[in-house]
Amino acid sequence: MPLLHIENLSVSFETASGAFLAVDSVDFDVDAGERLAIVGESGSGKSVAMLAVMGLLPPTATVTADRLEFAGRDLRGLSPRARREVIGGDVAMIFQEPMSSLNPCFTVGFQIKEALAAHTDLDRKGRQERAVELMRQVGIPEPERRLTAFPHQLSGGMSQRVMIAMATACRPKLLIADEPTTALDVTIQAQILDLLVELQKDHDMALILITHDMGVVAETAQRVVVQYAGQQVERQDVFGLFEAPHHPYTAALLDALPDRASGNRLPAISGVVPGQGDRPQGCLFNPRCRFADETCRKVVPPRQPPELGEALCHYPLHREEKAA
Amino acid sequence: MFRFVLQRISLLIPTFIGVSIVAFAFIRLLPGDPILLLAGERGMTAERYAELQQVYGYDRPLLVQYGDYLWGILQGDLGTSIVTKRPVLSEFMTLFPATLELSFCAIVFAAALGIPAGVFAAVKRGSWFDQTIMGTALVGYSMPIFWWGLLLIILFSGILGWTPVSGRISLLYYFPQPTGFMLIDSLLSGQEGAFKSAVSHLILPAIVLGTIPLAVIARQTRSAMLEVLGEDYVRTARAKGLPPLRVVGLHALRNALIPVITVIGLQVGVLLAGAILTETIFSWPGVGKWMVDSVFKRDYPVVQGGLLLIAGLVMVVNLIVDLLYGLINPRIRHN
Repeated sequence: MPLLHIENLSVSFETASGAFLAVDSVDFDVDAGERLAIVGESGSGKSVAMLAVMGLLPPTATVTADRLEFAGRDLRGLSPRARREVIGGDVAMIFQEPMSSLNPCFTVGFQIKEALAAHTDLDRKGRQERAVELMRQVGIPEPERRLTAFPHQLSGGMSQRVMIAMATACRPKLLIADEPTTALDVTIQAQILDLLVELQKDHDMALILITHDMGVVAETAQRVVVQYAGQQVERQDVFGLFEAPHHPYTAALLDALPDRASGNRLPAISGVVPGQGDRPQGCLFNPRCRFADETCRKVVPPRQPPELGEALCHYPLHREEKAA
Repeated sequence: MFRFVLQRISLLIPTFIGVSIVAFAFIRLLPGDPILLLAGERGMTAERYAELQQVYGYDRPLLVQYGDYLWGILQGDLGTSIVTKRPVLSEFMTLFPATLELSFCAIVFAAALGIPAGVFAAVKRGSWFDQTIMGTALVGYSMPIFWWGLLLIILFSGILGWTPVSGRISLLYYFPQPTGFMLIDSLLSGQEGAFKSAVSHLILPAIVLGTIPLAVIARQTRSAMLEVLGEDYVRTARAKGLPPLRVVGLHALRNALIPVITVIGLQVGVLLAGAILTETIFSWPGVGKWMVDSVFKRDYPVVQGGLLLIAGLVMVVNLIVDLLYGLINPRIRHN
């Protein structure tokens, strides 16, 4: 049984000009101890899907799903109280902007211990000890002293470490990291990713990494979901994906990697992700796709079999190699 | 922290000097002459007028008069009332507890009602509750104080007969006033019904005086909460699985209170201005009424001294607010 089991999840937002479909019937299966990456440009609905799992979307969002289960429990059927026990306890999440994700009015220690108080039976002394242990675990020097610091006294990398300490405080079974390194320096990025993978392995925790950086995917993930305009356009294991991407969008993302590019200029995907008003007919990617023809512009593409990366495409790439 | 306090106090000195000039100039710019007003309708010879001018020192150049006034302030002497012949400071001290009691109750009333109302309105944004609260706040803010006071008197004192019309306590009670605060003194007196009487006298003026601050606080709390509720750290608090009451009441409100506290501090100035009207309507024997009476009598020392004291008070309150601000917002304290 997978740890997180999602079927046909859709999220739409009410806006002044009608409903906007941010997530369009996506499926996820995440096993315990697995590292999954969700990749896509801004606006592809990566974060929204995960916020829906966490129940953190604003009231203007409508979430529908055939299944939304964590460890066999249907998250939708839970009372708010029971759901809060899962959220922050068994499932934790860290965010893109560590500096603004910590409350400026409270010390780091207060914020970590608060999570412990909500989900564990530890007493005051036990919480303090565990907080020190967590700070040490995420590589913060002088943990006792740092616990009394306020967030504005920490650097971005340090704040993200604190966020990770806070998220892992109650030994979650699943950690969702929403672009955890986007706001950080390149040197710090690698450290934070290493830390996440290390914690994931040490605690046999599942990790969902949301990112738009294929480099990050290569370094961390075992399995990859590529998302475009709210749809999952490809699902593959990381080696297969880098070797033989089946969806033209995945291929275009990989081509944009600096170490894969030839020539003086990095190849770019022209255009932007369609928004509320300009969703094309047929395949959503067709206006930006090099291979698109009349069929792509008219007919909604089928889901290809697993050998072809479950690509949502009429003409998946690298088909011949698989056949051979 | 000590340096922070010292820094803020040093900022008060130029403000204080400015206020002393304004207070001194303001009353002299008004037409009318204290000596002539003292004389009333009886005629006065030119010699007698000149003599009195000399007695009060108003024949000297303005700069000398100002210097004299400033010198007095530095020695803690605010002068003597021309009308009552009592020192300005001691008159102020006698009347001030009444104003302080009224203002304090008004601001407590405003904050105790305004902050929760603003929080609920923000959480239930766009609901009928939100719209009712904000509509009422707008009405409260725009209402002239004296008219609102009269309306309440007509309803609660006139028609319903629940509260007395004026004064601080019923004439039935008489007891020593060690603190000057009627609520405390009436309790200390041990006389039956005294405290109840004091409360019933205080309640209407406090509501009237607190109405504008209440509206301002409710609106400010709502807008601050709306901003804060969209912040990343509120999402983090939710992601930790904390109950909504803790997310809103602790994580969001603590941050939203920073601008609200500033507004409450600024309201103290509004409150003292409002006290002038409220005290006049309810015949509340405080400094507001005292100032109004003194302006009419052109009692120069009282007006310039009283203004200075009130301004000083507002400055001290603002200093306290600044300090509170540092206490509630760690980012200020450490910079």
